Amino acid sequence: MTATLIILAVIMGSVVFWLIRQTLNVQPWAEEGPIGQHHAGGPFSIPAAKIGLITFLAVASSLFSLFVSAYFQRMEYGDWTPLTEPGVLWISTGLLILASIFFQIARNAAIKSQVKKVKSNLLIAGIFTFAFIAGQFWAWQELHDAGYFLTSNPANSFFYVLTAIHALHIFGGLWVWSKTVFKLQNKAEVQKLRMSVELCTIYWHFLLLVWLVLFALLLST
Amino acid sequence: MAHVALADEGQDLAHPKTWIGAYVWSQDHKIIGIQYILTATAVGVVALVLSFMMRLQLGFPGAFDLIQPSEYYQAVTMHGMIMIVFMLTAFFLGGFGNILVPLMCGARDMAFPFMNMLSYWVYLLSVIVVCASFFVPEGPTGAGWTLYPPQAITEGTAGADWGIVCMTVSLGLFVIAFTMGGLNYVTTAFQARTRGMTLMRMPLSVWGIIMATILGLLAFPALLVSVIMMTLDKMLDTSFFMPAISSLGENLSHEGGSPILFQHLFWFFGHPEVYIVALPAFGIVSDLISTHARKNIFGYRMMVWALVAIGGLSFIVWAHHMYVSGMNPYFGFFFATTTLIIAVPTAIKVYNWVLTLWQGNIHLNVPMLFAIGFIFTFIHGGITGLFLGNVVVDVPLSDTYFVVGHFHMVMGVSPFLVVFGGIYHWYPLLTGRMLNDTMGKIHFWMTFLGTYAIYLPMHYIGILGVPRRYFANGSTEFLPESVQTANVSITIAALIVGMAQFLFIINLVWSLIYGKKSERNPWRATTLEWQTKDYPPKHGNWGPELPVVHRWAYSYSVPGAKDDYIDQTEEPSENTKGDVH
Repeated sequence: MTATLIILAVIMGSVVFWLIRQTLNVQPWAEEGPIGQHHAGGPFSIPAAKIGLITFLAVASSLFSLFVSAYFQRMEYGDWTPLTEPGVLWISTGLLILASIFFQIARNAAIKSQVKKVKSNLLIAGIFTFAFIAGQFWAWQELHDAGYFLTSNPANSFFYVLTAIHALHIFGGLWVWSKTVFKLQNKAEVQKLRMSVELCTIYWHFLLLVWLVLFALLLST
Repeated sequence: MAHVALADEGQDLAHPKTWIGAYVWSQDHKIIGIQYILTATAVGVVALVLSFMMRLQLGFPGAFDLIQPSEYYQAVTMHGMIMIVFMLTAFFLGGFGNILVPLMCGARDMAFPFMNMLSYWVYLLSVIVVCASFFVPEGPTGAGWTLYPPQAITEGTAGADWGIVCMTVSLGLFVIAFTMGGLNYVTTAFQARTRGMTLMRMPLSVWGIIMATILGLLAFPALLVSVIMMTLDKMLDTSFFMPAISSLGENLSHEGGSPILFQHLFWFFGHPEVYIVALPAFGIVSDLISTHARKNIFGYRMMVWALVAIGGLSFIVWAHHMYVSGMNPYFGFFFATTTLIIAVPTAIKVYNWVLTLWQGNIHLNVPMLFAIGFIFTFIHGGITGLFLGNVVVDVPLSDTYFVVGHFHMVMGVSPFLVVFGGIYHWYPLLTGRMLNDTMGKIHFWMTFLGTYAIYLPMHYIGILGVPRRYFANGSTEFLPESVQTANVSITIAALIVGMAQFLFIINLVWSLIYGKKSERNPWRATTLEWQTKDYPPKHGNWGPELPVVHRWAYSYSVPGAKDDYIDQTEEPSENTKGDVH
């Protein structure tokens, strides 16, 4: 469970660090008075949607790190036979990197209110993401044709499960992406959609990072 | 971290025009909280009735043909899982979390009301799926609440076909529901607090709920991972957990899987789960004690940091549930050490509750009775936890009734007493009526004394060596006859305590119609939930202006003030100057 403990230590450490800054030397029983005299109080300046997403990324980090921990524990048993990863995974990795880059360009354009640039880059990012999913299915098909079935070895089982769970998260992201694209087509104000584009970008970067970790894990074992 | 001075006053709220929109597909956090509470109570009653079945068998073995070994194990499993996950977790976080977090923080609603509504409906679906397992072929799973493979999915265990699948699917749904709710509680507390409500002015109820939510968000994925893999082992014949095994004379297709891996994953969720239930109880009981003793909470900062410390430590104690799994003794030493360390912040909290009571103006009304009762049962369950945290003591006791007595005291009775205390305290806020005091006191004394009549003898028979999980002890030489006498006594006590809970439910319904009308803020509490524009609060909570907070939540018995409390919204004046000291 080392992988999980490291991830959780980072998450809990961040929470504790932030709390220390908020609570050290604060004596609430000795503080009374109008706002601003002691503490403004009130919420984060970060929008609610962003805090929600960051919290969700912590949950997803916990989920993937637990899968990785289970992977390490299970591979210690004698029946583990590593599979040969299909070459197409390199291509799909490249596609996901491109998707992430185009999301970043779209986000930068959204900040500058460049509507056309946001639209085109969002669309390209989405297309690359669909291509990534197609690449993953291709890899599944190749493995299946080569006789690496789900149940024939735990290494295969983990490969299918890890890629499927990652793809499910991508599908969740694509749902939000499609809503954002739909609103843009209907000429909603870019100002209002800036947050959606930014959240999609953060989410895609996160999923790229998760995929790179998983891919490195699969290649190295 | 930078703060802005204004809460999101421009938050858009859904304003339903129909009864169904207002009370069924509601996005109002209070209604959603009540929906959670009603559903959790209903499923809790199912689990209570299952415990009657178990106790009738143990008290009067063989007297009831209806209860055969399979039914007994199914009752044990469903009782445990329903009470821990679908009842207590849902009640504290879905129920109290929904009702208290926005009100105590001064928000109009949760940060994401639609997702909050969705959270309840997915939770309800998970409850329906788990209850559906009573009606599938062979009935629900009888694998024990820990669902250990290989027996959970191997022929011969009750419900090994459909029952276990219903269970894993319902748990998966529950995790999804909890995540949607949890994102709301955390975001609301961090982002949507009103002006002046600094973190360190938040009541401990909110702190407890938020810390438990953070634990849940990080720990429930472990349950999700284990049920996904278990379902695949069951449905698609993978071998994540299933070793090479023969069943009913046939070799199964599995090989090489690790049941211990399941145990690690399960307890990585399972131990924080204890605190997911306990931390909200800690928070709520702190507020009950402070309010009803008319005294500020002793060591507020320590109380906050003890919650944080317990939350952090709860992730590195999981293997103390696995001392008898054949683990490396050095691991055992490590986990025994961390388990004993977690007792330190927990003990700090207990001392602080007692010190809050010390020289307080204690009002022995019903919520306070339950709060004080909690201190007793929690100390009792906590101390037996220290026994079991030590490897050498745990190994002989692990499979005995001592463990059953311990965990029922610490995470069954104790949180339930806080649930009851909380309901007696906040029922007027939600309904505008007081619960009947006489029925409440009868409910308390029957529950409090009755649980001791149930669980103290369990410790005794556990030390004698009575094994847990057994359908019947039969005639075993090392067990004296007094064990059976104790079992009869426990069963009678359990039935009486169970009936007392129906008195509580009657009180809830009776008081809704005939209960004495409550004045605003009947307990003279300082916290924001009693300062809403309407009483009981309506959708949106606060009217046109959000409240402004001027002090912490524990200004009780302030020298020089005209009342023995100053609410959080009262502006500083001559009346409040004694507050700063």
